Amino acid sequence: MLSTVIPIAFALVSLAFLLSFWRLLRGPDAPDRILALDTLYVNTIALLVLLGIHLGSAIYFEAALLIAMMGFVGTVALCKYLLRGDIIE
Amino acid sequence: MIDILLSLLILTGAIFTFIGSLGLARLRDFYTRLHGPTKATTLGVGCLLIASALYFSVREEGVSLHEVLVTLFLFITAPVSAHLLAKAALHLKLRSLAPTPPDGDGPAD
Amino acid sequence: MRRLLPHPLLTVSLVILWLLLVNQLSAGHLVLGALLGWLIPFATSSFWPERIRIRHPLTLLRFLGVFVIDIVRGSVHVAYLILRGPARLRPVFVAVPLALRSELAISLLANTISLTPGTVSALLSADKRTLVVHTIDTGDAAALVAEIKQRYETPLKKIFEQED
Repeated sequence: MLSTVIPIAFALVSLAFLLSFWRLLRGPDAPDRILALDTLYVNTIALLVLLGIHLGSAIYFEAALLIAMMGFVGTVALCKYLLRGDIIE
Repeated sequence: MIDILLSLLILTGAIFTFIGSLGLARLRDFYTRLHGPTKATTLGVGCLLIASALYFSVREEGVSLHEVLVTLFLFITAPVSAHLLAKAALHLKLRSLAPTPPDGDGPAD
Repeated sequence: MRRLLPHPLLTVSLVILWLLLVNQLSAGHLVLGALLGWLIPFATSSFWPERIRIRHPLTLLRFLGVFVIDIVRGSVHVAYLILRGPARLRPVFVAVPLALRSELAISLLANTISLTPGTVSALLSADKRTLVVHTIDTGDAAALVAEIKQRYETPLKKIFEQED
């Protein structure tokens, strides 16, 4: 059962990844692109978690945690830049 | 039994992740696009992470709960990112389908 | 006591966080986690000007229950709206007047609003008295504001602010 569900899940999350990537390219404004980038981070976490289950290995967890943290910090820094025109005050 | 629960969680997670990104691609202004990734994608990845915690707890001896950490982190950070993005968009006066915010300064378009 | 352990809640959360991070429960990691949980509040004390007190633990539990249910409801609702298509959405900005005063309660309310059905908090006014909320689809803005105030703000005020 699991072996049929995981490929479907991979396909769905990959499609999600492509849709987010399309929004990243398309824009039209900077906040749209940042939102798309943020969604791409979260989609990557989903892919890594699926890969971990698929391969039966827990070593991808650290990568997922790091992506989650870096993604959040990156989004906040980019928003700050849009709000203030500067990141470090 | 566990297999069915796991499959359900993975499938639900993947579907919500997909719908979140579909909303990002499909909706017509920035503020409505913000809703999909903030709620649907976060819940979707949350489901996948819980499935992963369950999978590794059943497969190996000893519970594996560190996935909960990423889940909590995502649920705490998603609304903060969304709030900052909305604030930045209001600051830049992006085109909006909704009438401008009640105490905003001037029309958004 | 207060000098030795300035933020007991933070200490407990840090110990749990450490145990989750190493993903095992052993005496050694418990001691190491306790040490970190004791030291980190001192290093970050400038970020915690006010001491957090939870006045009604039961209300907090009930609030968490409502919160989890509403996260699921919110995701299903937004998923339905996305699948139905963008043409029939009625997005609106509403201003929610705040009765909350403490920064912790206001930020918790804003985060709760962002994760629950149909709403994302967008802007806190400079005087911290009004929260502008973007709603993806609503026919009745006044009812929505009343629901936010009754469902989320009242319990938060009771937990973090009310004197008893």
